[in-house]
Amino acid sequence: MRAKRVTVSGTQTVAADPARGTAQQADPSEDGSLAPADPEFAELGGSGMAAKYGLAVAGKRPNPIAYARRLWAARHFIVTWATARNQALYSGSRLGQLWQVLTPILNVAVYYLIFGILLGTRDGIPDFIVYLVAGVFIFNFMQTAMLYGSRAISDNLNLIRALYFPRASLPIAITIIQLQQLLIAMVILVTVALAQGEPVTWHWLLIVPALCLQFVFNTGLALLVARFGAILTDTSQLLPFILRTWLYASGVFYSIKSMIGKHRIPGAVTWVLDHNPPLLFIQVIRSQLITVPATNDPKIALGYRNAMFLPPHAWLWLVIWAAVVGIGGYLYFWQGEETYGRG
Amino acid sequence: MARAKKSAAKDTELVDGEQLTREEALDRRAKRRAEAAQNPPTVVVENLHVHYKVYGAGATKGAATGALNRMIHRRKNNALRDVHAIRGISFVARKGESIGLIGSNGSGKSTLLRAIAGLLPAEKVGGVYTDGQPSLLGVNAALMNDLTGERNVVLGCLAMGLHPDEIREKYQSIIEFSGIDENGARASMRPMKTYSAGQAARLRFSIAATKLHDVLLIDEALATGDAGFQKRSEDRIRELRRNAGTVFVVSHSISSVRDICDRAIWLEGGLIRRDGDVDEVTAEYEEWSRR
Repeated sequence: MRAKRVTVSGTQTVAADPARGTAQQADPSEDGSLAPADPEFAELGGSGMAAKYGLAVAGKRPNPIAYARRLWAARHFIVTWATARNQALYSGSRLGQLWQVLTPILNVAVYYLIFGILLGTRDGIPDFIVYLVAGVFIFNFMQTAMLYGSRAISDNLNLIRALYFPRASLPIAITIIQLQQLLIAMVILVTVALAQGEPVTWHWLLIVPALCLQFVFNTGLALLVARFGAILTDTSQLLPFILRTWLYASGVFYSIKSMIGKHRIPGAVTWVLDHNPPLLFIQVIRSQLITVPATNDPKIALGYRNAMFLPPHAWLWLVIWAAVVGIGGYLYFWQGEETYGRG
Repeated sequence: MARAKKSAAKDTELVDGEQLTREEALDRRAKRRAEAAQNPPTVVVENLHVHYKVYGAGATKGAATGALNRMIHRRKNNALRDVHAIRGISFVARKGESIGLIGSNGSGKSTLLRAIAGLLPAEKVGGVYTDGQPSLLGVNAALMNDLTGERNVVLGCLAMGLHPDEIREKYQSIIEFSGIDENGARASMRPMKTYSAGQAARLRFSIAATKLHDVLLIDEALATGDAGFQKRSEDRIRELRRNAGTVFVVSHSISSVRDICDRAIWLEGGLIRRDGDVDEVTAEYEEWSRR
């Protein structure tokens, strides 16, 4: 059929003779599809031709390892996109980049006023300011990664529908943005700890591996909620409520162990609360920074012990959480790779 | 048809920078198509169906209680609509072919390109098979409006998979091609939200046209910017066509489809109406749209 059409269009009469033009092509059938005028297609079908000529299914996701390799190849894009987004974040405000520092400070100030002073949660906690600042910043890292992660697909649909790149780049870049903001917050945390007269020790260096583990953990969470958010757009509306509950359960501005001690709570619940990942990250970092003052009062000593409580094998648990959530989130997001363009 | 008579009356016309008579031009096209028919396929589309979701007003913003309510009662979100944009399309494109996609607004042309590029998923019943990763060249590729044109060039190129060294090499030619810095207007240093529609479209086209691919998909990129830029971008597309294996062009400008393509596919309502020689199909389409 192809050859036939070619010979006719070689003659000049074709364009002036619409009847012949239509006669060449079959009329649309009942379901509307038109058989292509390609003899090979008629013989082999689409998948047969694909197999013969080594064609790949368009947009097919590679296996998880090849996908990781593609992500690695996209690293320049991820980092540049994250940095650009971070800088663009405050470009509309007069104080500009100063907000990078002001936002975490104001956050802490609000919690200090409401919980520390008005509700009196600072009692029985050694160095409450460092305790609070560490809690707020570390929890905020997870919270913002999840909030923005849940909108990673829907906010960037135009980009996704215009260009091919591994889609996991977006939630990962969003976690990197949050990491960049956390680094500014960490400078504030260290400044506060120094101002509070905490002695500088080698323990402070352990903050770095703890934050690396938390970055892996948060990336996994961001990937997880990114796919949730792509399937169900209501995710980003529900997430703030889940995160607020999690905030209260993570002892960010009070000592959760002291609170539990006042009530009869089953052992299993206590175990879960003790191994709650954000609390573990917060407690590990607090215990590197805060020195517990010596006291003779057994009540105050118990309060201090509760405030600084770490379950056994805390570091091992951090590694487990980072590995399980990081790999789980990656695989879960990878499974949906082809579908994100649909919206 | 009017055009066919007109060009027959004229002795010669300009094709790919050469003066050819009408017969010569047709002969050449016939030869190209006959050669292409023997080439290996680059894109095979088999019974393709594509759905995507559209969010109307009020769908993205809403109280969590409402969201919870919808989930519990399994009620559909009213503002959420499913669009069945492609309803069963099959065709084969081979190396060396240049195919124009025509049809009225909303007929599924851009959706088809996105499905070929692997950006929108095909439904399970059929499939799209391609040779390598096709690249979509569209002026709608959203860049970041808060950033300067300069940063957008870098980001856009990185997203297409260019290496930072390559970008440094090509940066100057991209800005020059877009012409946004002409007459001393240093627009590349300003945020893209300050650009006029034409400037933004020109910069996007310049970025997208940087990289060569085996299968090139061009979406409405011909009607961009002023006359000077249009000429430049048509030249660039011809250059890309010569180097790429297969080119698809979506355009509402029938004359540019005739200039660039040998074959045309006419889509209507997510289905193929006609598939064949560019002059025949466009003539029929023009007659149909006048009715």
